[in-house]
Amino acid sequence: MSAAHDHHHGPAKGLSRWLYTTNHKDIGSLYLWFSFAMFLLGGTFALVIRAELFQPGLQFVEPNFFNQMTTMHGLVMVFGAVMPAFVGLANWMIPLMIGAPDMALPRMNNWSFWILPFAFALMVSTMFMEGGGPNFGWTFYAPLSTTYAPPSTTFFIFAVHIMGASSIMGSINVIATILNMRAPGMTLMKMPLFVWTWLITAYLLIAVMPVLAGVVTMMLFDIHFGTSFFNAAGGGDPVLFQHLFWFFGHPEVYIMILPAFGVVSAIIPTFARKRLFGYDSMVYATASIAFLSFIVWAHHMFTVGMPLAGQLFFMYATMLIAVPTGVKVFNWVATMFRGAMTFETPMLFAIAFVVLFTMGGFTGVMLAITPVDFQYHDTYFVVAHFHYVLVPGAVFSIMAATYYWLPKWTGYMYDETLGKLHFWLSFIGVNLLFFPQHFLGLAGMPRRIPDYALQFANFNWISSVGGFLFGFSQLILLFVVIKCVKGGKKATDQVWEGAQGLEWTVPSPAPYHTFETPPDPKLIHAQ
Amino acid sequence: MNKDVAPLNNKKVVRKLLLAVVGMFAFGFALVPLYDVICDLTGLNGKTGGRVAEAEAGLLLDEQRQITVQFMAHHSAEMGWVFEPSVAQISVKPGEVNVVSYRVTNPRTTVMVGQAIPSVAPNAAAAHLNKIECFCFEEQLLQPGESADMPIRFFVDPEIPASITKLTLSYTLYDITEKSKNAQAVAIR
Repeated sequence: MSAAHDHHHGPAKGLSRWLYTTNHKDIGSLYLWFSFAMFLLGGTFALVIRAELFQPGLQFVEPNFFNQMTTMHGLVMVFGAVMPAFVGLANWMIPLMIGAPDMALPRMNNWSFWILPFAFALMVSTMFMEGGGPNFGWTFYAPLSTTYAPPSTTFFIFAVHIMGASSIMGSINVIATILNMRAPGMTLMKMPLFVWTWLITAYLLIAVMPVLAGVVTMMLFDIHFGTSFFNAAGGGDPVLFQHLFWFFGHPEVYIMILPAFGVVSAIIPTFARKRLFGYDSMVYATASIAFLSFIVWAHHMFTVGMPLAGQLFFMYATMLIAVPTGVKVFNWVATMFRGAMTFETPMLFAIAFVVLFTMGGFTGVMLAITPVDFQYHDTYFVVAHFHYVLVPGAVFSIMAATYYWLPKWTGYMYDETLGKLHFWLSFIGVNLLFFPQHFLGLAGMPRRIPDYALQFANFNWISSVGGFLFGFSQLILLFVVIKCVKGGKKATDQVWEGAQGLEWTVPSPAPYHTFETPPDPKLIHAQ
Repeated sequence: MNKDVAPLNNKKVVRKLLLAVVGMFAFGFALVPLYDVICDLTGLNGKTGGRVAEAEAGLLLDEQRQITVQFMAHHSAEMGWVFEPSVAQISVKPGEVNVVSYRVTNPRTTVMVGQAIPSVAPNAAAAHLNKIECFCFEEQLLQPGESADMPIRFFVDPEIPASITKLTLSYTLYDITEKSKNAQAVAIR
């Protein structure tokens, strides 16, 4: 593209640029900023929880408000922080990685972003309504979320509908882009793994978000129209809710981790200066995980009173997931093995991801064992498990991705010293925060309760200190990103010495329009 | 990427994916009856319904057969309650819902709690005797000198083997005053 061309089709000025934009880079940035705002909001909720749990007894908040905090923290982090962050990365990077000029459906792209702030405004506003916001946990089990729910639940239901619509539109866009917009020569098995993992994630989203929409619709009917989907008195069944919810909920956890696998698979080869070990097996492992995610949902509900055959099936199927996941972990380790490694901030986050995510995976295997799950169920052990896979897992990968591609987005190198400081404080903070929760859970501390017995005091104290350290460290990230947007050392086009892929062939910062003519097929890197 | 072909392709992809979305939304709702069917087939979830509802509606009635049901009552010797059926035996048609009652008296000077445990003979008949309502489902608390009539509502399933023409339903009453969770009984302890 020429400079003159750029001049005519550059971004519009002012607020309308962001409101009306159909540019994948603009929309990607919007998603990422929105996600960061939600991350801070959800983090604030988490700090209210950790402040209350700093000491036994009730000191800061009422139990009902505490319940709203655990619920809103979960909802905001899952639907507001992690998922939009990955959609933002997909918007920015997928067209650049496959040599496409933009996403396939740019106007729908605009819409799928701009309904999100409304969904979250609606959801957060419930906290100021009479009776308070959702207080039934992010899993909103019926009848707690129907018969016994605050009146604001209807707004929560509509917020979930809007989020679901946004995710579904985003997924349709990703699939259409990947299937139809690849540059000549970019065959499926040459696509970077981030693109592959997102393609599979998008299919997962399309399969399960409508089921979630269905579940909340049933809740709406139970609350307002006298149906009895989940009401035993009317012939319904509360356990049905759990089956429906987790039929969505389990694939959902892979929706939050598969793109992370893609990010890490991009970063580790760059800083190990080696090709990714076992590309094909990575693709098949991702697909296997996605398939298995549909047949393991009931491991979240072993304690509802399932027959032995059901418990055995869901136990073995769950354990089976460790196999493709293990393939991935070994591939990352093999990629690093005898590589010429350097440890820039993205690589630090990626290595921490591999180590800490694997630990979260192991506690997952422990939880999969039905008889021991009866002991761990609804304790802090479960909290420790899923935070290990979500925070040093999904969230670290998003941070790694931010540092890795930030020079390509802004045209400047970020401050490496501050980046490393952010990494180490986050790494120490996150482990102080979540590691003691394993012990708390094994000792029997239940989750979602604002008070606890005295013997849990020490570990909770450590956990809260870690929580505040981790939380406030994120302000460093905010500072680093703003500083990098404003200026710094000019980034080269390739940015990283070992970086391979089409996104590094365009200038830094990436021009407003890229690949208006398809890239030279010779540039497409053989994976 | 071909600019002339891409939009058409996009439409096709979008149409298919939207169809998948609608399909999955419908699938979510289809899981509701599916769940009931699975619970029915496997007998999970402790839902009665099905057979009992049919019996209540008289749909299972078999006019051709007569079965004699005998009633017996036992109680542990040290308990001292009077416990007996109101009738020794009745003749029923399979699928017909019947009610009989047992009379129980506590002649002691203390409040006591009893629990009846049923037993059916012959063994092959046990699975076909359906108790819709039974005093054996709950604890019985009697004041000193108090008497009570305790009903049992039952039907014999028409699928009972043709060879069985007579069956016995027997109850043994146990003194559970010490173990009872009944608040009044606990208060006395």
